[in-house]
Amino acid sequence: MAAPATAPKRPRGGSTTAQSAENRGRGPRQSIMSRSAAMLVMGVFTLYFLTPIWWLLTTSTKTGGEITSTAPLWFTANSFATFFENLGRLFTYGDGLFGRWLLNSALYAGVGALIGTVIAAMCGYALAKYEFRGREAIFNVVLSGVLVPATALALPLFLIFSRVELTNTMWAVFLPSLVSPFGVYLARIYAAASVPNELLEAARLDGSGEVRTFFSLSTRLMAPALVTIFLFQFVAIWNNFFLPLIMLRDQVLFPVTLGLYAWNSQISQIPELRSLVIVGALVSIVPLIIAFLALQRFWSSGLGAGSVK
Amino acid sequence: MTVTSTPAESPKVRPAARKSRSSGAQRRAVAMFIGPFALLFVAFYAVPIVYAIIQSLLTVEREGTFGAPQQVFGGLVQYQQVFQNTAFWQSVGRVLLFGAVQVPVMLGLALLFALLLDSPLLKGKKFFRLAFFAPYAVPGVIAAIMWGFLYSPSLSPFGAVTSNVDFLGAELVLWAIANIVTWVYVGYNMLIIYASLLAIPHEIYEAARLDGASNIQIAWRIKIPLVVPAIILTAVFSIIGTLQLLAEPQTLRSFSSAISSTYTPNLAVYTTASIPNYNLAAAFSVVLALATFILSFVFLKATQRKVSQ
Repeated sequence: MAAPATAPKRPRGGSTTAQSAENRGRGPRQSIMSRSAAMLVMGVFTLYFLTPIWWLLTTSTKTGGEITSTAPLWFTANSFATFFENLGRLFTYGDGLFGRWLLNSALYAGVGALIGTVIAAMCGYALAKYEFRGREAIFNVVLSGVLVPATALALPLFLIFSRVELTNTMWAVFLPSLVSPFGVYLARIYAAASVPNELLEAARLDGSGEVRTFFSLSTRLMAPALVTIFLFQFVAIWNNFFLPLIMLRDQVLFPVTLGLYAWNSQISQIPELRSLVIVGALVSIVPLIIAFLALQRFWSSGLGAGSVK
Repeated sequence: MTVTSTPAESPKVRPAARKSRSSGAQRRAVAMFIGPFALLFVAFYAVPIVYAIIQSLLTVEREGTFGAPQQVFGGLVQYQQVFQNTAFWQSVGRVLLFGAVQVPVMLGLALLFALLLDSPLLKGKKFFRLAFFAPYAVPGVIAAIMWGFLYSPSLSPFGAVTSNVDFLGAELVLWAIANIVTWVYVGYNMLIIYASLLAIPHEIYEAARLDGASNIQIAWRIKIPLVVPAIILTAVFSIIGTLQLLAEPQTLRSFSSAISSTYTPNLAVYTTASIPNYNLAAAFSVVLALATFILSFVFLKATQRKVSQ
């Protein structure tokens, strides 16, 4: 399976180190053909990935009537004003329901992921850095937890919460979201890789307590990993659909995804909801995109470690 | 703080580089680190699983036609119902077909993009990385709403296509969902594979280049075999995700009449639970969780054996 496009340009073996170093950069050694082919593939798929988001952006700046009557992937003359009008309608409709949904999502996902990350980090750290009876057993249980589909838990959780009359409360969504076996799995790998035993030993000799060592020293070493765990748990909770769907009846408690789902399924009765759903969808993905961009430095370095085992 | 006696020390056969002076303190620390997670895991993972199994073994009986319903032990009655329920097995077959096509396509694309990002052929890697990853920030519900509009004959910016091809009709809607899932997750999987490509030491490539290997040969013979663990990880998560499909089909139901209330196994669980027939729904959940667990476990074992050969 040799590359016909690049083959003629390649030295016949026995090339010098200087040449191969040159090959490594995007040097002139790569043929124009294969470079343009690669750029073409990536360009086409950039369109595939970004066009729907672009459509969401342009459509958010239109009135309900303009959605079908104007150029679909471009703005109108008064896009700017219409966009803010739509935003205003979005946040005032139904007594500011949408704002409440955003707040709920921020609470479920933000606070939930924060606490969940600390809990997972502690557990993973203990599994990586201490030897104790039952360690492997605990880790195996956690691993099987990773393989249990979260949606299979939604129904029994509902039945249990209804026994203690906690369905249709924020707790019903918040509490189960704190548990992340995958977070523990990642934390264990990261802790094993980034916290040297010698350092812990030194801290012990200095008389630092185990718990203090963890919070003041080890968490710092694990920081990129913790950001990764936090982000992925945040996304998992933010995107979670089945649990709130099955637990919540009161619209005021909905996370934003469930709220938009509810509006979307009412469009046929209330057509004015259509443009609200579109603007709302745009607004609801902005926080995640900002979070990913802002924390990119951390997660792009932490992401790979999960698969190294 | 060596208050507690030492017998518990004996299982520490190999105290890995740690001659602990205060194992009592360490044991307390371990309990503190693991305790919170263990508690939550038991409450929101273990107990629900057990509870689901118990519920699935119960059945509702009434004394006479108008008597109060009473839950009694029914043995495997619910499971008998599960196996006779053709709608449920159709939904299982549907998601298996979905997974057999969508997972390889998605992971193939993710691998291709990761290799291109890692090759010297591209410019603007940072941009492509972000552009491809951006859809991951879009929750499944929102992605389904967006694509629902894009598919619809009247509202789509690609009306010329969508008024001729019925993406939301019975024949294509499964693949319309597959496209949504692919759109959301390719970038995420790409990043996981890319991160493990970055972890490969560059000396390996240089040695291969000295032997006259081309880019494609290096990708095929060196890079792909080395990122197999990452691909396996992404495959397992994709398999689990496929069997759990819910948000996208449920949301698309307001755009398409071709999606029945038992279109995927989880939709069947939800629909059955809303009847309400909790015992049958619990049996569905148990079967689904078990199937997911077995499938991902078998996949892991099979690939591990292949890799080690």
